[in-house]
Amino acid sequence: MGKKHWYALLLIVSITGGIASCEKLMTKPPADDSVLDGPVEGLTPEQLTQFLKGDVAFNDEVFTSATGLGPLFVATSCGTCHARDGKGHPFTTLTRFGQTDSTGNKFLHAGGPQLQDRAIYTYQPEQIPAGATFSKFTPPANTGLGFLDNVTDASLMALADPEDVNGDGVSGRPNWIKIPDYLSERTNSIVNNGKYIGRFGKKAAAYDLFHQTVNAYNQDMGIASSYEAHDTYNGQEIDPEVSNQTVIDVVAYLKTLKAPIQRTSSDPAVVSGQKIFTSIGCGKCHTPELHTGYSSISALSDKTFFPYSDLLLHDMGPKLDDGYTEGSAHTNEWRTPPLWGLGLSRNSQGSNYFLMHDGRARSIEDAILLHGGEGQQSNNKFQQLSAPDKATLIKFLESL
Amino acid sequence: MKQAILLTLYCLLACSAFCQIDPDLLRRVPVKNDSFQLNMDAIYNRPFLQVGKLPVAVGGYVEGNYQYVSNNGVSEGHQFQMRRLTIFLSSSINKRIKFLTEIEFEDGTKEINIEFASVDIEFAPLLNLRGGIVMNPIGAFNQNHDGPKWEFVDRPISATQLLPATWSNVGFGLYGKKYTDNWVYAYEVYLTNGFDDRIIANPDNRTSLPASKENKDRFEESFNGSPLLTGKFAIRNRQIGELGLSYMGGVYNKFEEDGIVLDQKRRVDVLALDFNTSLPHTNTAINTEWAWIKVNIPDTYTQQFGRKQQGGFIDIVQPILKGKMFDWERATLNVAVRGEYADFNVGTFKQTGGNIYDHVYAIVPAISFRPTAQTVLRANYRYEWRRDVLGNPPTKTTGIQIGFSTYF
Repeated sequence: MGKKHWYALLLIVSITGGIASCEKLMTKPPADDSVLDGPVEGLTPEQLTQFLKGDVAFNDEVFTSATGLGPLFVATSCGTCHARDGKGHPFTTLTRFGQTDSTGNKFLHAGGPQLQDRAIYTYQPEQIPAGATFSKFTPPANTGLGFLDNVTDASLMALADPEDVNGDGVSGRPNWIKIPDYLSERTNSIVNNGKYIGRFGKKAAAYDLFHQTVNAYNQDMGIASSYEAHDTYNGQEIDPEVSNQTVIDVVAYLKTLKAPIQRTSSDPAVVSGQKIFTSIGCGKCHTPELHTGYSSISALSDKTFFPYSDLLLHDMGPKLDDGYTEGSAHTNEWRTPPLWGLGLSRNSQGSNYFLMHDGRARSIEDAILLHGGEGQQSNNKFQQLSAPDKATLIKFLESL
Repeated sequence: MKQAILLTLYCLLACSAFCQIDPDLLRRVPVKNDSFQLNMDAIYNRPFLQVGKLPVAVGGYVEGNYQYVSNNGVSEGHQFQMRRLTIFLSSSINKRIKFLTEIEFEDGTKEINIEFASVDIEFAPLLNLRGGIVMNPIGAFNQNHDGPKWEFVDRPISATQLLPATWSNVGFGLYGKKYTDNWVYAYEVYLTNGFDDRIIANPDNRTSLPASKENKDRFEESFNGSPLLTGKFAIRNRQIGELGLSYMGGVYNKFEEDGIVLDQKRRVDVLALDFNTSLPHTNTAINTEWAWIKVNIPDTYTQQFGRKQQGGFIDIVQPILKGKMFDWERATLNVAVRGEYADFNVGTFKQTGGNIYDHVYAIVPAISFRPTAQTVLRANYRYEWRRDVLGNPPTKTTGIQIGFSTYF
């Protein structure tokens, strides 16, 4: 056998060896605590199968004019706004307009409440009508939503203090909303004059994940379902453009996405930061710990979790008052956003921070400094902290 | 379509049966390897098999591979793929009139396409008429894409995800060549049916010229009645190599229907530059292509869809052993590397002024063994970085691919 043959043989052996050790040449999966996507632990095979179906519908299904997109829309797919199931970017921020108090939206005839600011070609997108106030909403992260959905109304009411009876300057209250006919009441729902407690959305104007999902298909992508069968362009009832099963799968996906996992929780700086967080009163609204009630999904049933939110409305002061609201919330009131996953926000926001309801805060410190109203006391205390203590607090927040 | 394919297969089987009776009647039409061959010649410059003195020649190529690819640590496991089976059939109707067709089966029978089916009529070397299903001569890869010619299992990203290789349409045009001692000049210009609005309405969620390949009706009617112009000028020097400059442009949207104006005419324009050479002392082959794409997208549409795109690739192939190996008289062992880049959305966000990403880089080292010039066994390692439109941390893809491709 000639020399060249040996070279060739050596080459073949090398390739074979390469294949045998291919695991070493492959990318490694990211650490579980560094990503927001993935299912909650403890799902059954059936639940995991539905999770995967919902994942495909949520992240991979892109609508086109041929499959029902628009004609007016904000985004072409769920995943466009919720990249990696994380917080969104100003590019996908949506605009709502037309309601200034609890008497309802006065601009429904003009396309309210949501502005569809994009359109397929040959159509013109909506404009904010003259005289309408508006607010911009940056898409929230999707993770851990099933836990939030499964907190009982009674638990939320126990956190509420609408008259500030305890005199701490913080007076959370629920957003009482009317719910559409297609929704089923959750077990032990608390009803107040025919209205229910909303818990999702910047103003807590969505009752549950089904409500949120159906609304997003219709208002964000212009996709009619049998639940919301009207075309956002002309208000007429049209054939469904997404199947009931797909909507159900997407809801199941959102419900069973895992909760963000805190990183470096034993780091002394993070432990100190958490103490500062509590001492300056952040936890009065950003309630660290909640508990779920019963769920047919056992992985979500009777669980303690750490969202750093009370899901209630709070007056956030004039700087954050856009003059627009939903449900029974006042224009200066916003639902406490969960802080879990905050440190991973940049992984879905293009390596930047776009925080607060409209992404105006470009850092965690900016976000804290924008807190007014019920958050003003904590803001003041934050400003009085030493630079190292501020950094420690931020380190804790970034660990979430 | 199916009837045509069945008829072709019948002819091939009949030929095959005939040949089994008398193999001496089979004759290989040799491939020209002189330094005056251009990318535009690749369509006819293939190893055809001719039966006796019949004015018909057949040929084709096949390619298959194994791959193990991991995407951010998640793999679909071991995959065996039969990517392409392509059959050529050419016929000399007259000394100066010829016909060639290329039928391709991709991924089994998932896609069946007539990639080329044209009649060429020569009036003069500088004036040839070509009509039928033609390959739009944009860049080099679209013209010269046969699997056995490449050391890489995957086709270049820029050629298949930015440009729509293999991109062919119904139409006609002219081409010609002129030779001098050291130079050859060539041109091609065609008017064909073209793109449609799938460019901005597709499940890829980005501007995608390849999405228009899904419109099979384009072989029957133009989407908007507006022709697509494709032209290429190529020049080759015996010592230096070949340089090509090509352009493709036309209207992609339905701007008018039943005489009613629906929208302004929206254009897609593509400019491509390609170059290939072989370094004299080392026999290093270099092949590169770059393309720029501009698409007129309504301002009211989402910025998810890029107004501009660009990208390209460079292949460097170095023979390291040549000669008799394993009793193959003219075997070659090569090492090669491909670098590639595609930016699907060049621009900045209106909302933030920040860069729009949606781009991919890849580097693909390779080893190939050619027992003959028409057959390649190749092993590739792919490392790819892909960033989404927002510029979030990249998705990293790595993979090992081992495959073969051969003319038959």
